[in-house]
Amino acid sequence: MSTDVTAKTPAPAPPGKSGGAAAGGGLLQLMLDGLRRNMRQYGMLIALGLIVALFAVWTDGDLLLPRNVSNLVLQNSYILILAIGMMLVIIAGHIDLSVGSLTAFIGAFAAVLMVQHSIAWPLALVLCLVVGAVAGSVQGFLIAYLGIPSFIVTLAGMLLFRGLTEILLKGQTLGPFPDGLQKMGNGFLPEAGPDTNYHNITLLLGLALIVFAVLQEVRDRKRQQEFSLDVLPKNIFLLKLVAIVAAILVVTMLLASYKGAPTVLIILGVLVVGYGYVMRNAVFGRHIYAIGGNLPAAKLSGVKDKKVTFYVFLNMGVLAALAGLVVAARLNAASPKAGLNFELEAIASSFIGGASMSGGVGTVLGAIIGGLVLGVLNNGMNLLSVGTDWQQVIKGLALLAAVGFDVWNKRKSGS
Amino acid sequence: MAGPVLEMRSIVKTFPGVKALSDVTLTVRQGEVHAICGENGAGKSTLMKVLSGVHPHGSYEGEILFEGEVCSFKDIRASEHHGIVIIHQELALVPFLSLAENIFLGNEHAKGGLINWNETLRHATELLRRVGLEDHPETRVADIGVGKQQLVEIAKALSKKVKLLILDEPTAALNDEDSGKLLDLILELKKQGITSIIISHKLNEIRRVADSVTILRDGRSIETLDVKAPETTEDRIISGMVGRDLDHRFPERTAYEGEVGAAAALEIRNWTVHHPIDQQRKVVDDVSISVRRGEIVGIAGLMGAGRTELAMSVFGRTYGRYAGGSVLKDGKEIRTKTVAEAVGHGIAYVTEDRKHYGLNLIDTINRNISLTALNKVAKRGVVDEHEERQVAERYRTSMNIKAPTVFEPVGKLSGGNQQKVVLSKWIFAGPEVLILDEPTRGIDVGAKYEIYTVIDQLAAEGKAVVFISSELPELLGMCDRIYTMAAGRLTGEVPRAEATQEVLMRQMTKDKEVSR
Repeated sequence: MSTDVTAKTPAPAPPGKSGGAAAGGGLLQLMLDGLRRNMRQYGMLIALGLIVALFAVWTDGDLLLPRNVSNLVLQNSYILILAIGMMLVIIAGHIDLSVGSLTAFIGAFAAVLMVQHSIAWPLALVLCLVVGAVAGSVQGFLIAYLGIPSFIVTLAGMLLFRGLTEILLKGQTLGPFPDGLQKMGNGFLPEAGPDTNYHNITLLLGLALIVFAVLQEVRDRKRQQEFSLDVLPKNIFLLKLVAIVAAILVVTMLLASYKGAPTVLIILGVLVVGYGYVMRNAVFGRHIYAIGGNLPAAKLSGVKDKKVTFYVFLNMGVLAALAGLVVAARLNAASPKAGLNFELEAIASSFIGGASMSGGVGTVLGAIIGGLVLGVLNNGMNLLSVGTDWQQVIKGLALLAAVGFDVWNKRKSGS
Repeated sequence: MAGPVLEMRSIVKTFPGVKALSDVTLTVRQGEVHAICGENGAGKSTLMKVLSGVHPHGSYEGEILFEGEVCSFKDIRASEHHGIVIIHQELALVPFLSLAENIFLGNEHAKGGLINWNETLRHATELLRRVGLEDHPETRVADIGVGKQQLVEIAKALSKKVKLLILDEPTAALNDEDSGKLLDLILELKKQGITSIIISHKLNEIRRVADSVTILRDGRSIETLDVKAPETTEDRIISGMVGRDLDHRFPERTAYEGEVGAAAALEIRNWTVHHPIDQQRKVVDDVSISVRRGEIVGIAGLMGAGRTELAMSVFGRTYGRYAGGSVLKDGKEIRTKTVAEAVGHGIAYVTEDRKHYGLNLIDTINRNISLTALNKVAKRGVVDEHEERQVAERYRTSMNIKAPTVFEPVGKLSGGNQQKVVLSKWIFAGPEVLILDEPTRGIDVGAKYEIYTVIDQLAAEGKAVVFISSELPELLGMCDRIYTMAAGRLTGEVPRAEATQEVLMRQMTKDKEVSR
């Protein structure tokens, strides 16, 4: 090897000096970079928009009727709740096949508590979440600390919880649930104030959300400037704000012109914001990405991989329990057949939303977008009276197309 | 004397950005055992891959003549068809298939797609006898030791009617007894007329079995020596392996001037580690080393010397099974059973394999840099993204990481820039002791110089640096003191003033018999 390294190569400056704001120029570049980095998510968002537009046209606008939008939320809420947890599991490089059965099991357990033993519903709700956490942590323990593959553990869990559900219910359907719980699955926010043709509380909530979102964005921008990092130029920033405000406003008005925001939407909203924040900003979220992206490297960086895996599954258990309660409340009964194939829908949502088989990739928002793609397809095809047979075929093709596009896109960009 | 069976003429092989072989000529005589030796990265394995068709004809320049015919192998099958069989360092056996199934894998005794088991077992038994194995041919490969597995590989080669057997460091993973058996077998096969090429670092092995030895250095064939000739001493071979000028430049470095009595920043005492699977084997055997603040201490050794294993087992027991020894920091014994404990005591290990153990390739530069010390940019478990980005920007500037933004996935960076990200990550963790394992492997000279400068700076800031490297000039240029290891044992400690490539190489090739 002949070398020509003389003093020509600049010696690096000592670490620890100088901030790194690249001055002004290359703004377009910055935006394009952002777009490229989030290609998967923007792509899916655009696809979701297209699907909504298509079905809106095909159903002569029925899809976007306030009543139907409300329905769409209620129908898909439990899958979306599961998809959030599943996304975390998949990012960590695992899979959870047991959530459908666990959902049914918690529904059955709730029915036994509330219907057969008349335990007060708030207490029963807490007990159900605790049982979900225990179920999740047992699976998590087996996977993280004993090293049994998650596929096997949760496949066993899938059979086990389904069986336990039937044992608890003795093959029967149990109901009805107390009013309080029913509200969680089917109810809407309470109404107050004068009659305005709109749901006042929902409007107020929408306004509050707008104020919060704008403040958050402005604060974020300020912080970036404090750290002398590049920020979006003022006019583009304003455009972004307008887009956010408009999006929230449209959804708020749609919901407010019917019965108001469904209770479960509020739950879902809190979950999305909370988990999105954890996955993006919390150390715990970072560690999930790290173990899924490169486990040996994460271990050698001092990440407590076993503990992280354990908590990811514990969390999945809690979310499955929550979904189980929502399903039971919505159907107002616990059935042995509840939650059938929910795990597959949740997994499909995650993959449509940008998760990778090998782990380390994905976002909470992606899981929601993926879940909504499936949800809108379901709802739209129902409105068009497409049979469940063809619905399955089309959903299967949608999953293939989404992941296929991703693979093709990656190969094209040569990574 | 027999004529040549193999001639490789003016072989040139280029990989993107690297010339692995430049003008190598190799002549092997019929029926001899021909050794090839050279430092790590000299091109030995590449040359054998060219010969066996792993690198197909057309991907290299030059000419190969086997038994007088010009050869243009397009894959391994083609070379095997001619009777050239290579046994790689990593054995290519399927652990859950039987010995017989493995021997005939891809070459089954079958008719119309159906295996003739009687013939398979008979033939397998015969081949196993020839290599001195008494095991039943239906034993699973997983159930026999590595030494025997190596013999099964040879049986497999025999089943292909081998004329030229190539063994790539066959004894690297074997204990002394198994090594002895294997070498005996090579001599036995020689009597049966099979020519062998053996790649080895171990000079005593070469002297025991080889008839001639070809020395490679920096992708060139330097010379071929007759091993049996009296003037071919181990020193003669060593000088051939290292006889190169210092052609790298290093930053001017003022030698360490700490007081001799000062307690070591890190001291490892009587450290012993067993192989994770083969628990009889000591991979690190009673090693004691120390490093002081501001000092750069090198560890030299050839492949399989146990350097990485030593470092990783100290760093949170991330390799092998601990079998004894203690770690002291500033004279006090510390626990380093987990990575978190080791990091907590201010130890950082920068891996030799950045792709597998150092980086999350699909994640961005900023997130990779902050991973080990996330708490430094987080409050109450929440990462401050802006601060994190600022930290990353700081290292991008100071380490000269060439990337458009810190949001670039590290998988897209060049090797040198990836290495700078790994270094940034560990420097950000704020360690007092850095163990750098082959920090300049596979990166271009410009980036190498930058990394040397960083290492120099770390020492100047009072950090203790352990520098593991296979490149002797690099160690000579950077280190205050150099330890040498061979086969898991410490074989020497050389101060900067006395260190030369010859001295180090002699100690690195010491085997058990010699050191006793």
